[in-house]
Amino acid sequence: MRRFSRTERTLHWANAIGFFLLLATGLILYLPSLAVLVGRRPLIQDLHFWSGVGWVCVLAAILLAGDRRGLARLAREVDRFDRDDLRWLLGRRPAPQGRLNAGQKLNTALTAAFTLLFLVSGLLLWFGERDTRFRFASTVLLHDGLMYAALVLLVGHLYLAVIHPATRHALRGITLGTVDEEWAARHHAKWRPE
Amino acid sequence: MDDAPHRIGRGVFLATLAGGIGSLLWGKAVWDHVSHTVSPVESLVPLVPSGGWRIYTVSGSLPRFDERTWRLRVGGHVRQPVSLSYRELLALPKAEQVSTFHCVTGWSVKDVHWGGVRLRDVLEHAQPLAGAHALEFVSAEKPYVDSLTVEQAGLHDVMLAYEMDGRPLSRAHGAPLRLVIPEMYGYKNVKWLAGINLVPRALDGYWEQLGYDRDAWVGRSNGYGA
Repeated sequence: MRRFSRTERTLHWANAIGFFLLLATGLILYLPSLAVLVGRRPLIQDLHFWSGVGWVCVLAAILLAGDRRGLARLAREVDRFDRDDLRWLLGRRPAPQGRLNAGQKLNTALTAAFTLLFLVSGLLLWFGERDTRFRFASTVLLHDGLMYAALVLLVGHLYLAVIHPATRHALRGITLGTVDEEWAARHHAKWRPE
Repeated sequence: MDDAPHRIGRGVFLATLAGGIGSLLWGKAVWDHVSHTVSPVESLVPLVPSGGWRIYTVSGSLPRFDERTWRLRVGGHVRQPVSLSYRELLALPKAEQVSTFHCVTGWSVKDVHWGGVRLRDVLEHAQPLAGAHALEFVSAEKPYVDSLTVEQAGLHDVMLAYEMDGRPLSRAHGAPLRLVIPEMYGYKNVKWLAGINLVPRALDGYWEQLGYDRDAWVGRSNGYGA
């Protein structure tokens, strides 16, 4: 059965590709050992900046050109937590979940906020280097802190999506769009496809 | 089972956003406090990689240090231009200090242990002329250059450092020699130092030509402080 629309899948993978590009170039800028190994800092800086700009533009284009009604539905879904969702977060079972479980909703909300904060702090770093009015002593801390927080989310997400046997079937949903009905009934008992 | 849903997703999104934007105002103060509190354990469990250092460079590759060919040249408005080999540099009186390194972008590294020579011990061989009111520090990383007034260069903890934390200065940190002036942001602390020129007045360095302040006092320049 169908779990993720084409718009949702495109958004997910565009986000993933952009994030990994930025992570790779960002780590070269951030870690001294990599910085020395790779060199070419001005080039890497440009790559990092323009990957970031491109990332946000692509995401914005998908939001605008994609299935906006579906995205609004997704936003509503991510917003609303019922009693079972709260039980689920506290580790209580049974706690039947909808199409997205409570963890996935949180991950989505946090990832969206992180993306905007990455954008704001990244732009401030870029413009701050050119004009002191955009300079804040804490910008670099925010940008780095976001990287650490996003990495924590990513590691958990990758574990559940690729390694953990009970949940990794979800990878099929986000690539092909469909998931096995029996799996859905087990993990997302309250999900009623529209 | 159809209880009224709690609107949590939007709350998490907005709170994260607000917290992140707000942290632009208080992030560094909180971080400094936290890192100060945990500094006893930080040597065991580092909070950030490489002690918090980042390696900023402006060209395609980092200069390589070759002990056989390296020279520190002191010239310009001097009576006696000087060219010191690495060995001659090490033979000068050694000075040591512990100071904090501040980058203008907001990160700092506390308690860096520097070893090197005081500027006056290098300059006295060259004998600056009366008209020289500033020093230009030329990096082997082209086109990096920066300058200090004679007064600034005379601050008690200005140093030409060839050791950092007990080891010869690494390539990343400007091997074999860098300027250290803790009162000013890192971009004045020229790495891969290759030459010092005595000049009539201070000139705009690499970053100053791009809009940074020439007098890079920590906490009161480049848009910080009053």
